[in-house]
Amino acid sequence: MIKTIITGWLLVLVGAPAFTYAQDATLLVQQVRTKLDKVNDYEAAGVMKTDVSFMKVPAADVKVYFRKPGKLKIKNEKGISLVPKGSVSISLNNLLSGKYQVLDGGMDTIAGVPVRIVKLLPLDDNGEVVLSTLYIDPAKLLILRAKTTTRESGTNELEMSYGKYAAYALPDRVVFTFNAQEYKLPKGVTFDYDDGSSKQKPAGETKSQRGKIEIAYSSYTINKGLPDTVFE
Amino acid sequence: MWQLLQIELFKIFRKPRTYISFVAIAAMVIIVQIALKFDGRSYVEFILGSLKDSLEIPYDTILNGYFVCFVILNLLLIHIPLLIALVAGDSVAGEANMGTLRLLVTKPVSRTQLMLAKFMATVLYTALLLLWMAFLALLLSVLLFGVNDIIVARNDVLEVIKSNDVLWRYIAAFAYATVALTTVAALAFLLSVFAENSIGPIVSTISIVIVFTILSEMQIPLYDRTVKPWLFTSHMLAWKGFFYTQTDSTHTSIPGSIENLPAILRSFGILMGYIVLFVGSAIVAFKKKDILS
Repeated sequence: MIKTIITGWLLVLVGAPAFTYAQDATLLVQQVRTKLDKVNDYEAAGVMKTDVSFMKVPAADVKVYFRKPGKLKIKNEKGISLVPKGSVSISLNNLLSGKYQVLDGGMDTIAGVPVRIVKLLPLDDNGEVVLSTLYIDPAKLLILRAKTTTRESGTNELEMSYGKYAAYALPDRVVFTFNAQEYKLPKGVTFDYDDGSSKQKPAGETKSQRGKIEIAYSSYTINKGLPDTVFE
Repeated sequence: MWQLLQIELFKIFRKPRTYISFVAIAAMVIIVQIALKFDGRSYVEFILGSLKDSLEIPYDTILNGYFVCFVILNLLLIHIPLLIALVAGDSVAGEANMGTLRLLVTKPVSRTQLMLAKFMATVLYTALLLLWMAFLALLLSVLLFGVNDIIVARNDVLEVIKSNDVLWRYIAAFAYATVALTTVAALAFLLSVFAENSIGPIVSTISIVIVFTILSEMQIPLYDRTVKPWLFTSHMLAWKGFFYTQTDSTHTSIPGSIENLPAILRSFGILMGYIVLFVGSAIVAFKKKDILS
């Protein structure tokens, strides 16, 4: 009888913190979600920079449109921008939509800021997202980094820094890292000019490369309503 | 000299064959424009390859006038030398064939002046042909497809250039193409001195351009560093260099920049060298020529 009581107490002592952490993580995600839920829609203006090894793209003025629950559109109204598929997760609201199991991943720091690592396991087995890992600043209830593993596009990473729209959990700067496939066309098609400076790629270079898109937002228009046409 | 040039221009534009080139260019440009107007998306899909799997492609905006013009130039500037040879190869040999060359050299002008006038007339014809092409390929495409940023597909790089950074590149490219095609004209002009009818120099010029173009495009290391740098056909493609941009450390292209301007200037210098060599040789040969026809 005494053995059973002692074993029971031990189990409670060992298991309670893990349960409490999981509860904390769930609560933290809930608080972040509540903060994000203040935004029903937004139109943001910003400058987008594309960093992909085989692409040479100038910085472009873009507009980003978002509407609940999960509509997002990046538009370059004065030119051409090639946006990676999966960039819909640039909006944090999309990351936290749906149902998921919350797992606590412990603590870490990003640029000196303590963050809690939270893993989200979607309950929908057929969804596009397989796993999301969030790095949350618990003091400000802001997501500083998010890693999303998807079925189609591999693992995408999102890094955010905040400024005057932090109250809405809307970042001033977003860096979206994604998988980019190699680009190659036959020389007989392109008839390139060979200026004598072309360098051979090192042997063994992987075909799959990482690309980056950085958006520096200058302004947001929040909760003013958006027509369906902007998402077409 | 001006009077000589006028006479030579009159001779060129009096012949129906001169206008074949203008009609051929119009036909080719319009055929490409019609094809891209109705099925341009397939072409854009082809040049972007597997990128459509990882990127959202705005097909409608990519298919604009600047892009269409680049496609046309890419397709046609390889074939235009053939049309240039039609007139340049006929300039001296045509006169020999008609029996007017002997009469011509009895006039009180030096043979050098005569040859320079003939060559300048050929250069003007070349420039007019390119202006015609620019009008159709650039202006007509802009009217039909509108204006937007241009995407330039290279072997392993995709360039995006802002629309307000494109027009000066086309002006530079057409100016460079005039020099490139003048090189072909100079070659046909040189060969024309040695023939008694125009078929020989026209066919010879076309053959040389085809063989050199094949050599320029072959990826054989033996030729890459030995033969190719000295083939004029390798340097004729340098007009494309105006559409290759520099990038900063984050691969962001810098508006208004050219990736390798010294290489373009070197190619320009080599082509000018060829022009001087061909025309100079033509003048020397003509001065020594015993004209019997």
